[in-house]
Amino acid sequence: MKNAIEVKNLTKIYDGFKLNNISFEIPEGSVVGFIGENGAGKSTTIKALLGLIPVEEGKVNVLGHLIGEEDDASWREQLGVVFDECSFPSELKVKDIARFMKHIYRTWDEKQFENYMQKFELPKGKKVKELSKGMKMKLSIAAALSHDSRLLVLDEATGGLDPVIRNEILDIFREYVEDEGHTVFLSSHITSDIEKIADYIMLLHKGELLFMESKDKLIYDYGLVKCTKEQADKIPSDIVVGREDGAYETTVLISDQGLFRTSGIMEEAMDGEAKPVIDRACIEDILLYIVKAQKEAI
Amino acid sequence: MNIIISNSGDKPIYEQITGQIKNLIMSGQLKEGTPLPSMRTLAKELRISVITTKRAYEDLERDGFITTMVGKGSFVRAADTRLVREERLKEIEALLAKAVSVADSAGIEQSEVEEILHILYTDNE
Repeated sequence: MKNAIEVKNLTKIYDGFKLNNISFEIPEGSVVGFIGENGAGKSTTIKALLGLIPVEEGKVNVLGHLIGEEDDASWREQLGVVFDECSFPSELKVKDIARFMKHIYRTWDEKQFENYMQKFELPKGKKVKELSKGMKMKLSIAAALSHDSRLLVLDEATGGLDPVIRNEILDIFREYVEDEGHTVFLSSHITSDIEKIADYIMLLHKGELLFMESKDKLIYDYGLVKCTKEQADKIPSDIVVGREDGAYETTVLISDQGLFRTSGIMEEAMDGEAKPVIDRACIEDILLYIVKAQKEAI
Repeated sequence: MNIIISNSGDKPIYEQITGQIKNLIMSGQLKEGTPLPSMRTLAKELRISVITTKRAYEDLERDGFITTMVGKGSFVRAADTRLVREERLKEIEALLAKAVSVADSAGIEQSEVEEILHILYTDNE
């Protein structure tokens, strides 16, 4: 199994922030979602792996190319990149974008771009600066998808887009990875989208990579236990990820539902007492509880 | 072939897929040699992760229901009556285990449970 991206010991230091020695691999053919709070370092990581910023330490390999030591940048045509800012010249009209894009990408597909412009309802005659934020994003995404690429990298590219268009974009990504040579790496605050589309999810918190896990494992093994304080105290600490003690119940995010169910705590409720329940933990819950636990550990 | 997945509920999606495909094969609706959609196409259509469909197909292959050939795809294997029987026995064991668990938690003896089983059988005749 080849990796589309390989990052080893990546460290980047800014004033007051440190991306701390992170390492990860993105397998070819997968969709990897990157989550974390604002300021966690997601954009820094993405810029570093694309070679857009210098780093203190680390080796990055993208599509088999060592970043920072490229003789020939033409392989970068295989990348489709979308940031949260539209990078097209503001004075250009939408319809003119295609005219210069075909000189940048040998594999520029005019028809494909036309299709996306229609699908996304982009006004051809308007200048980029006249477009709404949502339209700018759609334009950037349309362009990234209109040449033959092997890797799509998106950094908060869908914030501000309505659920209808976001779902269409997710379907486009699904079709994109139907080809096992295609990979998608996206960071997003819209955890529900990540939950829908990701094969693997990475969580970054204050420059530290807390985990990279398969989505299925997160959805099925993790769980939110609602119980009494006393019952919560009995949960084996190695499966406790986070905890919230409320006035009427305690909620515990656990990392192993199976282990919890066999621990006997579920059956232990006293007469008349409410029984513990386990709810599915969604990605947002996992993010919130982990961040909370990190903050309390300090 | 229809595959209907529930996102709510406890049964993991790969298990739902495996169960449904097994049933389709055992009931004869999916005949021997029928090609299955590729793992990636199924993932796209059902809007789930390819890791999930891969797991489902691996389990189906392990249990002898399908065969996967690299580069060619996955195909239904003949519904081996032994396999079918094996599957049904597993189902029965799981259901009975549940009944035993309920009985235990209520302090109901094995003999009473067997009595119920006996009645169910004689009623069916």
